Amino acid sequence: MRDVHVAGVGMIRFGRYKDRDVPDLGGEAALLALDDAGLGVRDVEFLAAGSLFQANAMVGQRILQQIGQTGIPVVNVANACATGSTAFREAWLAVASGEHDVGMAVGVEQMGKMGLLGGGGGSGVRTEGVLGSGLMPAVFGQAGMEHMRRHGTTQAQFAKVAVKNHRHSTRNPLSQYQVEVSLDDVLHARMVAYPNTLYMCCPTGDGAAAAVLVSPEKARQLGANVKVLASVLTSDPWSERDLTLPDVNTLTRAAAARAYERAGVGPEDVDLVELHDCFATAELLHYENLGLCGEGEAGRLIDDGETAHGGRIPVNVSGGLLSKGHPLGATGVANVFEIVQHLRGRAGARQVDGARVGLAHVIGLGSACTINILGG
Amino acid sequence: MTARRPIVPFLRVPADGEPYLAGHRCTACGAIFLGPRLACGRCMARGSFEEVPLSRTGTLWVYSIVHQSSPGVPVPYVAAIVDLPEGVSVRCSLVDVAPDPAALSFGMPVEMTTAVSQQDRDGNDVVAFFFRPAQGGA
Repeated sequence: MRDVHVAGVGMIRFGRYKDRDVPDLGGEAALLALDDAGLGVRDVEFLAAGSLFQANAMVGQRILQQIGQTGIPVVNVANACATGSTAFREAWLAVASGEHDVGMAVGVEQMGKMGLLGGGGGSGVRTEGVLGSGLMPAVFGQAGMEHMRRHGTTQAQFAKVAVKNHRHSTRNPLSQYQVEVSLDDVLHARMVAYPNTLYMCCPTGDGAAAAVLVSPEKARQLGANVKVLASVLTSDPWSERDLTLPDVNTLTRAAAARAYERAGVGPEDVDLVELHDCFATAELLHYENLGLCGEGEAGRLIDDGETAHGGRIPVNVSGGLLSKGHPLGATGVANVFEIVQHLRGRAGARQVDGARVGLAHVIGLGSACTINILGG
Repeated sequence: MTARRPIVPFLRVPADGEPYLAGHRCTACGAIFLGPRLACGRCMARGSFEEVPLSRTGTLWVYSIVHQSSPGVPVPYVAAIVDLPEGVSVRCSLVDVAPDPAALSFGMPVEMTTAVSQQDRDGNDVVAFFFRPAQGGA
């Protein structure tokens, strides 16, 4: 495998685009990324497109119909909420393997106001509310309650994650929401699934993001100096309760161990983290899963402000999924977009000063975990 | 003619006896699954499963209290993960208890109960299992 560099990234503001469609949104992000790289669509040799709810609808090819049909190989990727980050990894592999010199990843999703996810099942027999809950707010509520049970974490500590990430988003013009909320607001907001209130749950929405990955030689020509230090994907191994309570911890820990080893860095070397805060409860679990603190210390980390902008290890300075939004297929590429902007010193008001190494983490329930570590 | 059918295949509703949950136990490593597998997800042994009846009592591992759900689902409800002594957990609703963290404690003993939850499209009674705080004591 050879080194791979990120030559360009693009992202449209997450939100609701009810008058547009998926190839249109994805195409706009792709063009932004190409412009950012200083390349044209004719330079792209491989495209990986991630879009979960249109996984069977040839989104990648339809994006090329929007921006230029050059006949290149296209793969369409679905991997739950890790769809976009898996597409990024496919493009990374295509370049790292030596098969292609320029690969592009596009993540795009159009969810509208689709309501809560995970309650499905078309058998005609209702299980939701009968056999517990398969809805995401409850599943991640239960995952948070495990942390509460093991370490005494409090609902207020989980709520502080929402306060932090909503505050961060006020400095991100691409965030779906850009509104600050107080701890009191969060704790007294409508309860969705204890311990997660409304502000502790990510919204549904539409969005797209893209990244252009290139070989070392192309990177030299383009002056691209952000490098992919590691791109790792794991699935869930057997664990004690995984039949009933998806285990988002074990596969994240496995991915983190492999990613740090491949990158040749440790958590102490990471300057900023974008992690999968689909619910406020999830963020605290991943502090420990990613080695940002010791076992059982996540509550203290949020209490002490260490993961806030300006703290020891800023987490989700983009606003995170909680506030920036979570258009499923777009999320994993948008996380890379955020890291790249910081490594290039182009993150504007939310810039993490002197950022050299950033980590992007995504979980797709079912389960998939990606970790991309980038260095600049 | 209508019949009674279990809500999931691993709930067994015998005509002459108490309903129970059935596990598929790997004879090589002892891991229990809810439903058949081609090979054991834990030790990878192929095709060596035996069906075992699971206990009707267990303990509450964790829960969430759902206040906002899919359209038509009555709220609130306690969505629980219950550990059974055989070393397997089940996802279930916890009933006969207030949907309030103050009424719920990690590790509390619970017991299984069954009830008709709904009718299916053919008019059959669908029998579901629930757990509730243990009433028999230790």
